[in-house]
Amino acid sequence: MLRYLISRVATAFAMVLLATLVIFLIANTVPGDPALAQLGDLAASNPEFVKAFRAKWGLDLPIWHRYLIFLEGLAHGDFGISIASQRPVLDDIRDFAPATIELATISFILSILIGIPLGILAAVRRDSWIDHVARFVSLIGVSAPTFWLAFIMLALFYGMMEIAPGPGRVDPIAFLPPRVTGLLLIDCVLAKDWETLNDALAHLVLPATVLAAATLGLITRTTRAAMLESLSQDYVRVARAKGLVEPHIVLGHALPNALIPVVTLGGLAYANLLTGAVMTETVFSWPGLGRYTFRSAVSVDFPAIMAITFIVAAVYIAINFLVDLSYAVLDPRAVKR
Amino acid sequence: MSAAAIETAAAEQASPRRRWLRRYGLPLAGGCVILFWFAAALLAPVMSSYNPDFVDVANRLQPPTARHLLGTDALGRDVLSRVLYGSRISLIAGFSVVLVGAVFGTVLGGIAAYARGRAEELLMRLTDLVLCFPPIILAMAIAAALGIGTTNTIIAMLVVWWPKYARLARSLVLVQRSQEYVEAAHVLGFGHAHILFRQVIPNAIGPLIVMVTLDLGNAILVFAGLSFLGLGVVPPTPEWGAMVAEGRELVQQWWVATFPGLAILSVVMGFNFVGDGIRDWLDPHARRR
Amino acid sequence: MTDAQPILEVEDLRTYFFSDSGVVRAVDGVSFHVNAGETLGIVGESGSGKSITAKSVIRLIDEPGRIVSGRIAFRGRNVVTMDAARLRKFRGGEVAMVFQDPMTSLNPVLRIARQLVETMVAHGRFTKKAALRRAVDLLGRMGINAPKRAVDSYPHEFSGGMRQRVMLAMGFSNEPTLLIADEPTTALDVTIQAQILDLLRELNADFGTAIILISHDLGVIANICSRIVVMYAGEVVEEGPAESLLADPRHPYTWALLNAVPRLDRHTPGEKKLITIEGTPPDPADWPAGCRFRARCPFAIEACAEHPALTAIAPGRAARCWVTQRGGALPKVGGGATAAPAQPAAAARAGVSYAAATAASATRGEVLLDVRDVKKHFPLPKTTFFGERRVLHAVDGVDLAVFKGETVGLVGESGCGKSTLGRLIVRLHEPTAGQIAYGGVDITHADPATIRPLRRRLQMIFQDPYASLNPRMTVDEILGWPLKLHGMTQDGAETSARVRELLDVVGLSAQAAGRFPHEFSGGQRQRISIARALAVSPEFIVADEPISALDVNIQAQIINLLIDLQRRFALTYLFIAHDLAVVRHVSDRIVVLYLGKVMEVAPAAALFDMPLHPYTKSLISAAPIPDAAIERRRERVRLTGEPPSAIDVPSGCRFRTRCPIAAERCAAEMPPLAENRPGHWVACHFPGKL
Repeated sequence: MLRYLISRVATAFAMVLLATLVIFLIANTVPGDPALAQLGDLAASNPEFVKAFRAKWGLDLPIWHRYLIFLEGLAHGDFGISIASQRPVLDDIRDFAPATIELATISFILSILIGIPLGILAAVRRDSWIDHVARFVSLIGVSAPTFWLAFIMLALFYGMMEIAPGPGRVDPIAFLPPRVTGLLLIDCVLAKDWETLNDALAHLVLPATVLAAATLGLITRTTRAAMLESLSQDYVRVARAKGLVEPHIVLGHALPNALIPVVTLGGLAYANLLTGAVMTETVFSWPGLGRYTFRSAVSVDFPAIMAITFIVAAVYIAINFLVDLSYAVLDPRAVKR
Repeated sequence: MSAAAIETAAAEQASPRRRWLRRYGLPLAGGCVILFWFAAALLAPVMSSYNPDFVDVANRLQPPTARHLLGTDALGRDVLSRVLYGSRISLIAGFSVVLVGAVFGTVLGGIAAYARGRAEELLMRLTDLVLCFPPIILAMAIAAALGIGTTNTIIAMLVVWWPKYARLARSLVLVQRSQEYVEAAHVLGFGHAHILFRQVIPNAIGPLIVMVTLDLGNAILVFAGLSFLGLGVVPPTPEWGAMVAEGRELVQQWWVATFPGLAILSVVMGFNFVGDGIRDWLDPHARRR
Repeated sequence: MTDAQPILEVEDLRTYFFSDSGVVRAVDGVSFHVNAGETLGIVGESGSGKSITAKSVIRLIDEPGRIVSGRIAFRGRNVVTMDAARLRKFRGGEVAMVFQDPMTSLNPVLRIARQLVETMVAHGRFTKKAALRRAVDLLGRMGINAPKRAVDSYPHEFSGGMRQRVMLAMGFSNEPTLLIADEPTTALDVTIQAQILDLLRELNADFGTAIILISHDLGVIANICSRIVVMYAGEVVEEGPAESLLADPRHPYTWALLNAVPRLDRHTPGEKKLITIEGTPPDPADWPAGCRFRARCPFAIEACAEHPALTAIAPGRAARCWVTQRGGALPKVGGGATAAPAQPAAAARAGVSYAAATAASATRGEVLLDVRDVKKHFPLPKTTFFGERRVLHAVDGVDLAVFKGETVGLVGESGCGKSTLGRLIVRLHEPTAGQIAYGGVDITHADPATIRPLRRRLQMIFQDPYASLNPRMTVDEILGWPLKLHGMTQDGAETSARVRELLDVVGLSAQAAGRFPHEFSGGQRQRISIARALAVSPEFIVADEPISALDVNIQAQIINLLIDLQRRFALTYLFIAHDLAVVRHVSDRIVVLYLGKVMEVAPAAALFDMPLHPYTKSLISAAPIPDAAIERRRERVRLTGEPPSAIDVPSGCRFRTRCPIAAERCAAEMPPLAENRPGHWVACHFPGKL
C-alpha cells in the first residue's frame, strides 16, 4: 500500500513537471506577440518601444533560458509579474481564486446531492415517471449552453420576476467582512456578519444552479447507467436469492459497485467546474479565476497564462490522484498486495 | 392464467406502433431537427427574408412581430435570418472538429493498441498530458495566441479534441485484438495492416460512430462557448454563441439572446437523440436498459 | 428416505417471457416434486428450460419473464402467490440457491464476512456476533483453509473453486430445507468439480438438506443424484430413479444424450463414430405441434404427431413418449467390454531422453512437428513503479513430437499451459526458449514472411464459436479471403466454387455463403470455423478445445465431423481439451500437462488402462461417468487443494503440493520425463505407485 502511494505520488509529480514544459513550449512557440498585444497600435509601431518592452519582460532571451528562469521562480513559489496587471501573478490569483472555488464547490455539492439519488431512483424505477424526469433533466443539463442558461436564469428571475439578486458576488453596497480565507461565506461566518452572508448566499443561488446543471446531468446519467449495470449482475441476483430486503440490495450491494465510475467522473467534473466557470462568471460578473484567465489569454499575458495553466494542471493531476486513491477504498481489486 | 389471459399479457406489451415509437421516436425526432438545421444551412438565403447583416437602426430591438418573427437585435438586424445563417458556421465547425479529431485519434489509438509496447505507452502518456488541461482553457489560450477567427478556433479545438478518440479507439481495439478471430487471421497468414484496418477497426467502428454523433453536439456547444467569449468568429458574422453574447445584457429584450440559445439547445439535443438511437440499435443489450 | 414427504411440489409450471418479438415459452408445463432430504437432478441442454424452472421455484425471474400459471407448493404453501415479506423469508431461509459462475456471484467490493453475516442476520436467526462465529465455522466446514483469515478477505483473493465453497457456506448458513444448485461445477476444473460434488454429497447427508442439482452433464448428475428429471423444449420428458433411468432410458432424447457422450469406461477400439441425433432443439417462441422431439427422433412413429403426456411406465418412472408408453424398447448401445487387458510391460530404455527417443524413432513415420524444451514466460504488468517484474510460467520446458497422420490429445486443467502450447506451435506466440520445428523447418523465431508459406500447412480451430468468426464478414469472405491471400484460386468464380465445396465438406448448404456468422447456431459456427481452417488445405490442425462451448449432442456431431475429415484428408491433429473421455475417444496418443510441464505421454489405451502418474490417475478418477451404479462403486483418488499459481511454481516436481504420494525427494528434484514402458513416458519419481 505504501509502495503504491509513493509510486503514485512520483508519477503525479513527473506529470506536473512535464505539463509545465508543454505549457511553456505552447506559450513560446505560438505566433501571438505580447508586445503588440500590450502596447497598442501606436506604441507598437515604434520599434524602440517594442525592444524596451521585450527587454523588460525577458522576451529577448532564448527559450531554454526563459524556461529555466520560470522553473527557478516556480521553485520559490514565484510565478513572475503579470504583464497586464503589473502585479505578482500569485497575488492576482490569490484575489480571484476564492470566488471560483466557492462557486465550484457549492455547484459540485449541489449536483452530487441531487444527481446520485436521482440516478439511483431512475435506475431502480426504470421507465417510470421519475426515470423520465431524470433523463430529461440530464439531457437539458448536458445540452443547454451554460452561457445561455445563465442568461435565461438571470433574465427570468432577476429581470422579469425580480426575485433574485443581480450579477456579482454581493450587493455593491454591502460591507465585506475582513478577508481571512477569501471564501466569502466562510469569512462572513468568521466575522459573524449574517447580513452579508445572507446576501452572498442569495447571489450564489443562480450562478451555482447554472454551473451545476451540466455536472448534474452527467452525474445523474452516469449513476443511472452504472446502477443499471450493477443491478443486472449475478451478485444482485444472489442477494435476492438470500432473501435480503430490496433497499439493502440496492444501497448495500449495487451502489458500492456503481460508485466506482461515478467517482471517476465526479473527480473530473469537479476539476472542470474549478476551471471551466468562465462563461458563468462572465454572465454573472463573478470576479473569479475564469474571468482572470480569459483576460490573460486575450492579452497574451505570458506569466499569468503560465501560472494559471500550471495551477490548473496541478489541480487536475491532484484530483486524478485523489480519485485513484479513492479506488483503493472503493474497489479492493484496484490495489493488489 | 388462462390462455386468454396470456394473450392479454402478451398484448399489453404495448402495440407494435407504440413499441416502434418508443424505440425509434426520439432518434427520429432528433434526426428531423438535424435535417432542419442542415436545410437551414444550405437554404438560408431562400428561407430568410432579410439579409442577416442588414442594419436597420430605426427598427432596433423590435419584439417578435409578423414582420420580424423572432424580433430584431440592437442593430435592427433580423434575428430569425441571423439564426438561420448561424447554423452554417456551427455545423461546419462541429463537423470539422469532430471528424478530423476522430479520424486522427482513431488511427493513432488503433495503431498504438495493435502494436502495444513503447508506442502505446508513449501515446497514452501524451493523451494523459493533453487531457489534464481543461479543454476550454487550452482552446482559449491557443485561440488567443493564434488570433481570433473561425479557422484558428477550430484548430485550437482540434488540439484538445483528438485524445479522447485515441483512448476510445485504443480500448476498443484492445478488446478486439484478443478475440479469437484475430488469432485465426494471423494463423491464416494475413498481414498486420490487413488485420488492423480490414478486420479489427470495422468491428470497433460502432461505438466510435455513437461517440462521434454524441460528440457533434458537444463540439457545437464548445465552439459556441468560445464564440460567446469573443474567440470564435469575427463580427458581424452571424453565429449563435456570439449572438447570445450580443444579447446577454438585454434582459428586457430577451428575444435577442434566447432564440440563438434555443437553436444551440435543439441541435445538441438532436445529436444526442440520434446518438442514443444508434447506440441502442448497435447494442440490443443496452436497449433493455 | 423412500417414504419421505415431498417438500416441494411443482405442478404444471409455465414461465413465459414476453419479449418484443413474441412470447417465449421457456418453461411450458413442468411438474415434478422433491422429497425431504432427496437429491434430484434436472438435466437438459441449453434452452431446455431447466435453469428457468429452478429460478421460478424461488421466483427469481427477470423481466420480461413471468410465471403465467402453475403451482409451486413448498411444504403446502404456494410460492407463486406469496407476498413479498413471506417470499423474502422463504428465499435464503428455507430455500437457498447456488449459481453457475462463482466468479460473479460474490459481490467484489464487500468482504466475505459481510456477505455471509448479512444472510444469517437478515433471517433473524443469529445476532451479528453469533453469525460471524458461525461464518468462520461454516467456511472451515466447507474446506477452506484458515477460515478466520478467509472471512476478512475479498472475493477476488479466491479461486473459482474456493468461491463456490463460500457460496455453499452462504447457502447452508440458515440450514435450508432445500438447496438449488444451478450448474454449480460447470465453471470449474474436473478435480475441483470432484471436490465440490463430494462436499455436496456430505452436506446432503449431514444436514439432511434436499438438493436440486441442475446440470447438462449426466456424469455429474449420476455422481450425486438419486432421482433424475430430464427436460427438453420446456417440458419434462422423462423422470425416474438415477440408476434405472441412466441404465435404461425410456425417452429417445435421454437415450440420445447418453449415447452422444464418449464414456471413459466404455471404449471400443476402432469405433470412433458417436451416435448423434440430427438438428438442433426447437425454437421456444414457436414449439412444434405434437411431440417436440419428433423432428429429431430416430424412433418417431405416426402417433408422435400428437403431443404425448408424461405417463408412468414403470414404478417410479415416467416418460413423455408414445413409443415407450406402448411398450417399445430403445436399442442398447455400447456397454460392451470395458477396460481392455493391460499391455505387458516391456523393459524401458533407460537413460534415453524423450526428445532423443522421438527423434530416433523411425517406426512411426515422419515427424511433422517437433517441439524441444519449449518455454513461454509472460512478464506480468508491474503493479507498482518500483516493484520487480513477475513472470507467469505458462509453458515451462515441454517436449512434444507429433507424427504424420496421428491425433495427439493434450489434456490438463485450466492454467496448465495447453492453450499457450497450441498457440506457440502455430506461432501466435513466440517462444521464450526452446525450439519448434515444423516439417523439418525451424520456426522458433521465424518472422511472418518466413512463416506465411507454412501457414498453408498448419492451421488452428478455436474454442469459442462466437469470438472466432469475424462478425462483420460474410461466410463467403471468411472462407474466400484466405484462398485469395495464398493465391489458391485465380478468380472470383473459382473462389466461390471452392467456398461452396468447403461448405459442403463441413455439412453446410451453399446458401450459407452469403450470411453473417450471427445467423448461425454455435454448432454451425464451429463448422464454419473448421471450413476456414480447411480452406488452405492444411495437413496439420491444432484444435483448441473445439467442442467445449457446445451442447453434448452438437459436440458429438463435431467430433464425428473431425474424425471424418481426418480420414478424408489424411489430417494430423493436435487435439487440446479438458474432457478426458473426449480426448480418449479421438486421440491415438495423449499428453498430460500440469503447470506448464508434461507429466505423462502414452498411447490412449495405455494411459487409461494403466496411468503411471498420480496426476493422470486422479484426473481419470475425478471424471464422472454417466452411470449411477458405477459412480457409486468407484474408488476415487481425491486430490486436495488447488493447483498452485504459475507465477510461483513449486520446487522440484510441480505436482508434489497436491500429490498423495509425494516424498522428500519430490521437493528437491523435478523427475525427468522417462520411458517406463515402450511409448509410455512419465515424469514421476514413483511411477505407478498410486
